[in-house]
Amino acid sequence: MAATTETVVGVFAYVDTTVRALEELRAKGYHDLTVYTPVPVHEIEDVLERDRPVSRVRIFALLGGVVGLASAWILTAWTSLQWGLYVGGKPPIGLPVSPPYVVIMFEMMVLFGGVATVIGMVALARLPRFRRSSSFDPRFTNDRFGVAVHCTPGRGSSVRDILRAAGADEVRA
Amino acid sequence: MSTITGERHVTPAGTPVTPTYGDVNRDVLATLRTPGSLYFAWMCIVGLLLTCFFLAWGYQIFVGMGAAGKRTPQMWAMYITTFVFWIGIGHAGTLISAVLYLFRARWRTSIYRAAEAMTIFAVMTAGLFPLIHAGRMWFAYFLLPYPNQRYLWPNFKSPLVWDVFAISTYLSISTVFFIVGLVPDIAALRDGSTGWRRRIYAMLALGWEGSDGQWRHYRRAYGLLAAFATPLVLSVHSVVSWDFAMALVPGWHSTLFAPFFVNGAIFSGFAMVLVLVLPMRYFFRLEAYVTDRHLDMMAKLVLVTSLVLAYFYVCELFTSWYSGDHIEKASLFWRLTRSYAWALATMYICNCVAPLILFWKPARTSPVILYIVSILVLIGMWFERFNIIVPSLGHDFYPYTWGIYVPTVTDSTIIIGSFAWFFLLFLSFIKVMPSLSVVEVKETLPPPMKDAAHGSHH
Repeated sequence: MAATTETVVGVFAYVDTTVRALEELRAKGYHDLTVYTPVPVHEIEDVLERDRPVSRVRIFALLGGVVGLASAWILTAWTSLQWGLYVGGKPPIGLPVSPPYVVIMFEMMVLFGGVATVIGMVALARLPRFRRSSSFDPRFTNDRFGVAVHCTPGRGSSVRDILRAAGADEVRA
Repeated sequence: MSTITGERHVTPAGTPVTPTYGDVNRDVLATLRTPGSLYFAWMCIVGLLLTCFFLAWGYQIFVGMGAAGKRTPQMWAMYITTFVFWIGIGHAGTLISAVLYLFRARWRTSIYRAAEAMTIFAVMTAGLFPLIHAGRMWFAYFLLPYPNQRYLWPNFKSPLVWDVFAISTYLSISTVFFIVGLVPDIAALRDGSTGWRRRIYAMLALGWEGSDGQWRHYRRAYGLLAAFATPLVLSVHSVVSWDFAMALVPGWHSTLFAPFFVNGAIFSGFAMVLVLVLPMRYFFRLEAYVTDRHLDMMAKLVLVTSLVLAYFYVCELFTSWYSGDHIEKASLFWRLTRSYAWALATMYICNCVAPLILFWKPARTSPVILYIVSILVLIGMWFERFNIIVPSLGHDFYPYTWGIYVPTVTDSTIIIGSFAWFFLLFLSFIKVMPSLSVVEVKETLPPPMKDAAHGSHH
């Protein structure tokens, strides 16, 4: 079976040349890009994040926090009702006695929210990965920037030209 | 066989060179080289002390809690002192990694990994003490606050139950934060090593590749974790302080305690960061990353927290005196003038007087002076917790419950051994994991630009 897409990888040493390549590629209509960077770089993110929604990790964080709050309230309130530890003739739950539970609700909110955030990050970033992507290069975690262009077969040579013209050190398929 | 690639990056003394991205990888990998004999010598000392720790603990389990010198009225003594001390140490790590992250204090990057590791190991050390202190640690699961059939129903209005939630949340969230920060760094280690090391790092890196799709979720998640961890830092030591402040014991029952404890925790935590980072900087030759500016910033934080602490000490004395409460005043004057006056004096000198030298600029960048001040601060902060716990319990409402606590060999050995446990964890860590964050250090460097006119806005 013939490959439905062709991948061309450009290896860059500089941020500005990488940005130049990205701008050029986007202007020419190549939008299926994977950019590898050793660190998150503002200049590159500015180009890539232009037409993307904000990461959905924050929804996980919100849900985790709410679930934590609710479960801590249920734990404390239900336990108080089960085991009526009456102090000063006050009801087991309610405004005069429940404020101390806020401490536990806060801690559980942080715990659930934090764990949910990490689960969200792992899920959205598609981790863990057991096989290396074909376009990855070990230098991308060191000091090189990589632009992988996924294009229709036959367009490879023009992509290579764009990457070289932008200043790629190395271009490979 | 496994190897670490790259040669040591030697910066000639006195010539500050801005490292490049490649230098960072190489220098961090160099910290993971096979250690020399000095490292093993330290490990031997630590191992020996840890053996004493376990022997003492075993003896205490066999003989009973009397071996720890605990008798009425001081049923809380050195173990709870040391517990609070270690929890406090843990605070600087999260302060650096979360609070300073949100404030975009970029100098944090080269010390935050070591500080975060310190946090986790300090909380792990602190976590031993409730078990040691409670005696029969095989009933440790009794601490877990859930409705059960043992007639031990948790009272969620008790600060001791809050403490269980606070400390376990703190340990979990700090660990999660730490691991998330490590993932891209471990990926960098994976790509710079060979053999079995590479295979292990490859597993731990979860297949991280640094693609744009990974970074965008990662960055957002990191910011959110920092936002969760920031109030957590403040809450944990407040909750620990309420273990005392909610009780009616004179010397404890004070609304001042929460901010007082949090500030003290940050103070002692920064001292411990310095105690760990200064030798790391020296032995790993990280002067290009942990620069004089970093030392200066940390010293300033130590100084500020010391001054705030001095203010709290004055407030504590004043409110006790001004309260007009006879018992409170009696407890205070006993503490100031009688059996434990030496401990109080040690605390004032170490916490309020010693850091004053940091007003002098050369002291803030002198590793030797900083090291001495940090050790004094650690001693002072240990005594602060001692002074809160032991003398207050020794002189409460009724003369027939007054008493003096004398440490024993057993509990002193356990306290010293807890430092061995902490240093064993930390020394092991710095040889298997990047003690300097590869990614965050690179983020503070100027990004490589071909056209130098661009991108100098960092």
